[in-house]
Amino acid sequence: MPVIEISGLEKRYLVGFWRKREKIGLHPLTLAVEKGEVFGFLGPNGAGKTTTLKLLMGLIFPTAGTANILGLPSYDHRVKARIGYLPENPYFYDHLTAEELLEYLAQLSGVDARNRKPRVQEMLSRVALTGSSRVQLRKFSKGMLQRVGIAQAILHNPEVVFLDEPMSGLDPIGRREVRDLIQALKEEGKTVFFSTHILSDAEALCDRVAVIHLGELRGVGAVDDLTSRVTGQVELLWQGAGAIDGIVALGGKIHATGEIVRATLPEANLDAAIDAIRRAHAKLIAVTPVRSTLEDYFVEKLGADAAVTMTGKTEKTGARS
Amino acid sequence: MNARIGWIAFNTFREAVRDRVLYNLIAFALIMTAAAVLVGQISIQIERIVVVNLGLTAISIFGIIIAIFIGVGLVAKEIERRTLYTVLSRPVRRWEFIVGKFFGLAGTLVVNTFFMALGLFAALFYVAHEFTRADLGLVVALYFIVLQFFLMTALALFFSSFSTPIMSSVFAFAVFVIGTFADELHGVASMLPGVSKALVTGFAYLVPNFSSLNVISRVAHNDPIPFSLIGLNTVYAMLYSAAAISVAALIFDRRNLK
Repeated sequence: MPVIEISGLEKRYLVGFWRKREKIGLHPLTLAVEKGEVFGFLGPNGAGKTTTLKLLMGLIFPTAGTANILGLPSYDHRVKARIGYLPENPYFYDHLTAEELLEYLAQLSGVDARNRKPRVQEMLSRVALTGSSRVQLRKFSKGMLQRVGIAQAILHNPEVVFLDEPMSGLDPIGRREVRDLIQALKEEGKTVFFSTHILSDAEALCDRVAVIHLGELRGVGAVDDLTSRVTGQVELLWQGAGAIDGIVALGGKIHATGEIVRATLPEANLDAAIDAIRRAHAKLIAVTPVRSTLEDYFVEKLGADAAVTMTGKTEKTGARS
Repeated sequence: MNARIGWIAFNTFREAVRDRVLYNLIAFALIMTAAAVLVGQISIQIERIVVVNLGLTAISIFGIIIAIFIGVGLVAKEIERRTLYTVLSRPVRRWEFIVGKFFGLAGTLVVNTFFMALGLFAALFYVAHEFTRADLGLVVALYFIVLQFFLMTALALFFSSFSTPIMSSVFAFAVFVIGTFADELHGVASMLPGVSKALVTGFAYLVPNFSSLNVISRVAHNDPIPFSLIGLNTVYAMLYSAAAISVAALIFDRRNLK
């Protein structure tokens, strides 16, 4: 049985002064995530990722459809003790220290008094915040707040963890640490559902991904399948002789870096291309079939909107998605 | 009270205590009490009346200001800053959050009133050099002031469950002013004919009756406060607060968090 079962989940808002205009936050969404999966929810900013997560957390209510987590409706408060959630750009009580915040949230999660303090210390150590545990959160940087957010999401040892843009605001080392943490959660048998618009993170971590755009699910697939698809292109690498005219004539796209030249061309022209390299007395270094990337899949699923989206693909951490 | 409500209340109390604005208000109330001592010194024979009147009024006004301005932001601030997300994604029901917030601020106001009352008693001892049995009336007046704070906190929560903090402050303050003159409102209703009489009477019962909770003047003049009034006011304030919080929780339960 899937751990997360979303069926026709939809969110419409009434906007405008007289609330007569309708805006669709999420088109009917049907999705299932299996136990132990790391599932990536991909989409550009404003795609509907945060809306979906807020619906699953019961922070907003659906216009139609249902969502079950661990076999119970997502709004059932018994489910909440078994799930963890990191909101996008998390913000916490200024007046509390990291230690006090985690203790408070552990209390609300029902962590028993005996285990509370050791568990809080363990989490602070896991996100490398032990040294700042008694500093008020108002003095924390964005990256430190993100670490606190991750700590609070896994504090009560949840079975399913929902992370909304977990790498947002982190430096490269912080991002690496979060990636390792998600990997560790998977090894512990937990199910991780995380949203991101950073495709390299999804490719490195996820078993499966879904692409959402403009509130609409555009596709779902296993990362291994998506990234092992043969594109019908090959990449040739050779040294010496520069850009060979014969290869250009075969439809090759050439990139030269010093002595090394790389060409991508249709697989059908491979033999002719190798002959051309031999004729030019160049040294053939490698022949590699070109496989598709997650980015190819993402761009394919975004269709005509991709061009617009990709130009604004920089990490706008302040924007809701 | 379940444990989660207790933890939310404690966190609300801790937040209010660590808020510097709160300290300023307390300091101001203490200065007012000190001013009462000065005014008392230049008011021959009526020092006690002046000190009690000014001191209790200062405690009441500053407590009401705290109840309104912190009360309307209790939930709004948590939504605005999204601190609520990590709370409601845990096994916390929305009504538990509202009730916890109420007890947290109510507890803060009780502690504040205690410290401000200490200042008042010190001022009283300074001008009268002794405490008499009549001063017990002050405790009753302070108790009624605390009941007013409970009402005001509940109303602030009620208004903020469907309105912006600024509008909620305006509504809460307007209701406080109208409720202070609730007895006069009943008087006006008795002089009106027909439908308007019924409407004004209904309105007079709907707004919280702050005037029956104000015994400052009676205590200042050593008039005894009947036990029946203490009992009735207690039941009234508890029921009214519970009703306001229940409606706030019902509205909040259906609210989409932005």
